[in-house]
Amino acid sequence: MDQIFVNLKHAIVGLAANMLPDWLVTITSIKVSIVGIAILGPVTMMYLTLMERKVIARMQNRIGPNRVGIWGLLQPLADGVKMLTKEDIVPIHADKIVHFLAPVLIVIPALLVFAVIPFGRNMTAVNLNVGVLFFIAVSSTTTIAIFMASWGSRNKFSLLGGMRSVAQMISYEVPMVLAVVPVILMTGSLSTNAIVEMQGGWHGMKWFVFTPWGFAACVIFFLCSVAECNRSPFDLPEAESEIVAGFHTEYSGMKFALFYMAEFMNTFTLCGLTTTLFLGGWQGPLLPSWLWFFLKTYALIFVMIWFRGTLPRLRVDQMMGLAWKFLLPLTLVNMLVTGLWYFLSRPLKLTMSILVLGTTFWVLTKLNKPYVPQKRVYQFGE
Amino acid sequence: MDILSLIVKYGIYTVMAVSVLAAFSVTLLPNLFHAALALALALIGVAGIYLSLQADFLAVVQLLLYVGAVMTLIVFAVMLTSRIGEPSSAPQNNQLVLPALSACIIFFSALYAIIRDTPWPVRTPLNLAVNTEDLGRALMGLYVFPFEVISVVLIAVLVGAAVVARKDRE
Repeated sequence: MDQIFVNLKHAIVGLAANMLPDWLVTITSIKVSIVGIAILGPVTMMYLTLMERKVIARMQNRIGPNRVGIWGLLQPLADGVKMLTKEDIVPIHADKIVHFLAPVLIVIPALLVFAVIPFGRNMTAVNLNVGVLFFIAVSSTTTIAIFMASWGSRNKFSLLGGMRSVAQMISYEVPMVLAVVPVILMTGSLSTNAIVEMQGGWHGMKWFVFTPWGFAACVIFFLCSVAECNRSPFDLPEAESEIVAGFHTEYSGMKFALFYMAEFMNTFTLCGLTTTLFLGGWQGPLLPSWLWFFLKTYALIFVMIWFRGTLPRLRVDQMMGLAWKFLLPLTLVNMLVTGLWYFLSRPLKLTMSILVLGTTFWVLTKLNKPYVPQKRVYQFGE
Repeated sequence: MDILSLIVKYGIYTVMAVSVLAAFSVTLLPNLFHAALALALALIGVAGIYLSLQADFLAVVQLLLYVGAVMTLIVFAVMLTSRIGEPSSAPQNNQLVLPALSACIIFFSALYAIIRDTPWPVRTPLNLAVNTEDLGRALMGLYVFPFEVISVVLIAVLVGAAVVARKDRE
C-alpha cells in the first residue's frame, strides 16, 4: 500500500521500456510525474472549492451545495462548465496582451512548486538539493503576474488591489523565510526529502513541531502562508467591501477561474510545505505514507477555512504591524533559540528555549499595544 | 541518450536566445511597463542558464532576489509614475546618441581585445558543481570578513532607508 503510486509509475515505465527506444523511455518516466502533478493540481483545486463551501456552510449553520450529485460531489464539475461557457469580457482600454497573459502566468509558479513536495516515501517528483529555497523563490514570482493583472486591467480597483497584494506578499515573505531557517539549521539540508527523513524517529512521530523552536516556527510559517495566499483574515487584496475584487476585478469566465485555481493550488502547496517542514511530512505510524501526508495537509487546509469562518478581516496597518513588529523579531529570536537547542544538553535546552521564547512573546505583545484611535467627539450629533 | 542530450542542448540554446531577445526588448519597447516585464523575462532566462550550468543555488537565489524582489520594486516604481498608459512614454532624447555610440565602441573594442587575448584553455571538466554546503563553509570560513562587512553595510542601508522613509515629527 505504501508504495502503490511508485509501483504504478515503475509499471508504466517498464511497459514503455518494452516497446520504445531508450530516449523515449526517459522522457516517459519524466512525463508520468508531470502528468501526475498536472492532474493532481487542478483536481485538488476543484475539490478544495467544494470543501471550502461545505465547511464554511456548516460553520454558518447551512448545508452548502447539495444538488449536483450526492452531497454535491459533482458541484466542481458544474462550476467548471459554467466558467467555460461564460462570456470573456476584456475592458476596452485594457492592455490586451498583459491582460491575457496574467491569468496564464499565475498558474505556472503554482504548478511548478508541486515538483519539490514529497507526497510520500519516494514520491518527490524532483529531489532538488535546494528544494525549500526553490519553493520560496518560485512562489515569489507570483507577484509579477498579480502586477500584470492589476496594471493590464486599467482599473483603479485592480491597481489598488495589486498594490496591496504585493505589499502584503513581500512583507510576509520575510518572516516566512526566516521561520524556515531553524529547520535548515537543524537538518543541515535544503532538500525537502532530507528534512522529512530527519523527522523519522519515535515511530515516525519525531516531528519538528514538538520542539519549542519548531512550534514557534510552525505557527509563524503557517500564519505567513495564510497571508501569502491572500486568504482571510489577510484577504485585503480582494476585500469585497473596499475594492470590489482587487486585482481580478476585470476578469470573468475561465480567466477568473485560473486566478482561483492558482490561489487554491497555492493554499494546498503551502499547507503541504508546512506539513513537510514541521509536521513530519509523510512520516507517521501504521498508515501508508502518502495518506499521512494528505491527512496532515488537509487538516491544515481545514484550519485555514476555519480561520475564514471565524476571523474578521484585518486593517492594513494591523496586517503590516503583525509582520514587521511581531513575527519578524520573533523569528530572529527563534533562530537564537535553535542555536541553544543545538548546543545545550537535555534538561537545560528545554527550559532555556521555553523561557526565552516565552519572554520574547510576552515582551512583543506588551510592545505591540493595539492602536486605539482618538475618541470622536460629535459636537452637534447628540 | 544521444537524442536526449541534443534536446537538452537546444533547450539551453532556446533559453539563451529568449533571454537575449528579452534583454533587447527591455531597451526597445516603447511602453515602460512592458520593458519592465521583459526585464523580468530576461532575469528568469539568466536563472535558467545558471541552472543549466549546474549552479542550482545561484539560479534559485537569482529567482528569489532579482525576479521576486528587485523586479517587484522596479514594477512598483513604474506603476507609480504617471502617464504610463500612453503608448510612447519612454523618454526620447536624441542628444545622447554620440556619447552612447562612443561608449559602445569603447566597450565592444575592449571586449573584443579581451576575447582575443584570453587563451581560453579547454580541459576536461572537473566536478565543478558547487553544492550549497561548500558555499556556506566558504562564506563562514575563507570569506568571512567580506561577508561580515557586507552585512554591516546592509544594516546601514536598512537604517538609512528607515530614516529616509520616516515621517517628520513636529
